[in-house]
Amino acid sequence: MIEINNLNKNFGNNHVLKNVSTTVKKGEKVVIVGPSGSGKSTLLRCINLLETPTSGSIFFEGRDITDKKCNIDIIRQKMGMVFQHFNLFPHLTVLENITLAPIKLNLQKKEEAEKNAMELLDKIGLVEKKDEYPLKLSGGQKQRIAIVRSLAMKPEIMLFDEPTSALDPEMIGEVLKLIKELAEEGMTMVVVTHEMSFAKSVANRVIFMDEGEILEENNPGDFFAEPAHERTKEFLSKILYRI
Amino acid sequence: MELTDKLNIIIEEFTRSFTKTFIVEGRYKLFITGIKNTITIAFFATIIGIIIGLFVAIIRYSSKNNRKLFLLDKICSIYVSVIRGTPVLVQLLIMYYTVFVNMDNTIIVGIVTFGVNSGAYVAEIARAGIESVDKGQMEAGLSLGLNRRQAMFFIILPQAVKNILPALGNEFIALLKETSVVGSIPLIDLTKAGDIVRSRTYEAFFPLYSVAVCYLILVLGLGALQKKLERRLSYSDRN
Repeated sequence: MIEINNLNKNFGNNHVLKNVSTTVKKGEKVVIVGPSGSGKSTLLRCINLLETPTSGSIFFEGRDITDKKCNIDIIRQKMGMVFQHFNLFPHLTVLENITLAPIKLNLQKKEEAEKNAMELLDKIGLVEKKDEYPLKLSGGQKQRIAIVRSLAMKPEIMLFDEPTSALDPEMIGEVLKLIKELAEEGMTMVVVTHEMSFAKSVANRVIFMDEGEILEENNPGDFFAEPAHERTKEFLSKILYRI
Repeated sequence: MELTDKLNIIIEEFTRSFTKTFIVEGRYKLFITGIKNTITIAFFATIIGIIIGLFVAIIRYSSKNNRKLFLLDKICSIYVSVIRGTPVLVQLLIMYYTVFVNMDNTIIVGIVTFGVNSGAYVAEIARAGIESVDKGQMEAGLSLGLNRRQAMFFIILPQAVKNILPALGNEFIALLKETSVVGSIPLIDLTKAGDIVRSRTYEAFFPLYSVAVCYLILVLGLGALQKKLERRLSYSDRN
């Protein structure tokens, strides 16, 4: 579904991604882990061109989206993205947040979009919040609504950029549970996270990145049990055995 | 002289002066024309100012991501520096004597001058407002498949306008008061009306104070309107 070839990204003199290549197949759940500043978020943001790669190519369903002729706005409709800081629209109600894109892009009529949104809200148990503004919601509720907002576009792949990093500890569970449910329904997803237990239980494949390079990819069982690379061992020992 | 006599004289003087300023030769009509013209110029200049200001602000914001807008961005930047760098009175005279040479309707000259002038200030206010909206908002809009223009109009601008409302209110109050120089071209605004009456009656007190009170009432009205709008737009901040 997604094929990334020799992707490079520079911010000025800062070489953030170095010849990154990987693929994501339909239905696959890929989790990207690595220390801060390793380029994992940048890689994720390159997939839907929120960052423009310096060189290299990204194919989405056989089309090179880094090609200037490719209409990225159409491609992005098929790629949902969930951000660390939720990025709900504060001037719109929950229902309007979810229905904005489908209505403005003329994909659905207002009634249809609202009916669809209500079904999604029902799924996450937040129907009664439909007329609230985001300011009144807890972090966990905001993030679940942000996920549902992406789902309203009926994406073929979901990109999660540290979806639980800005949450209070007791709210992480509800968000991870929703992502897990999505995974079980067969959604293709790429998740950047520091939640190793989530990676273990959901991922088909774990990618370890450090200093802009993919050092290691493996199935979660082998990845956590016997990491091949020195850097991976060091990273995992720090993150798994902290008190 | 007794106190009551003194008082009578004062009242008599007051009445005479009032009559002279407002009643004789139907001079109140002059004030009404002045108020009407001042409000007309300020109102339409405000609208032009908002349109130009938002347009310039959006161009200058978007040019960061779009090289094609480079030239337009430069033009906008020159426009803002020239307008902010020259007195509005000079701009008015330039408009009247060089741009609109054959224009009989001086009100239009006034509206265009103050609209173009206000646009430069609104542009700077609006640019700050647009930049005050979190970058993540644009990204969230784009990630949903909206294009930049749609994200700007449905997501960024509504939030930016809310943020800049106090500054915008100030700008329009300043604009209303600045129109008082418009009498330098053949046009009777509120200030000019007071001026004409003063020169006819040789009395300064009534014409000047009543002009000042009129401006004050207009400004207070604008302020109240702004408060109401701010309250209306703050509904999403209420806890």
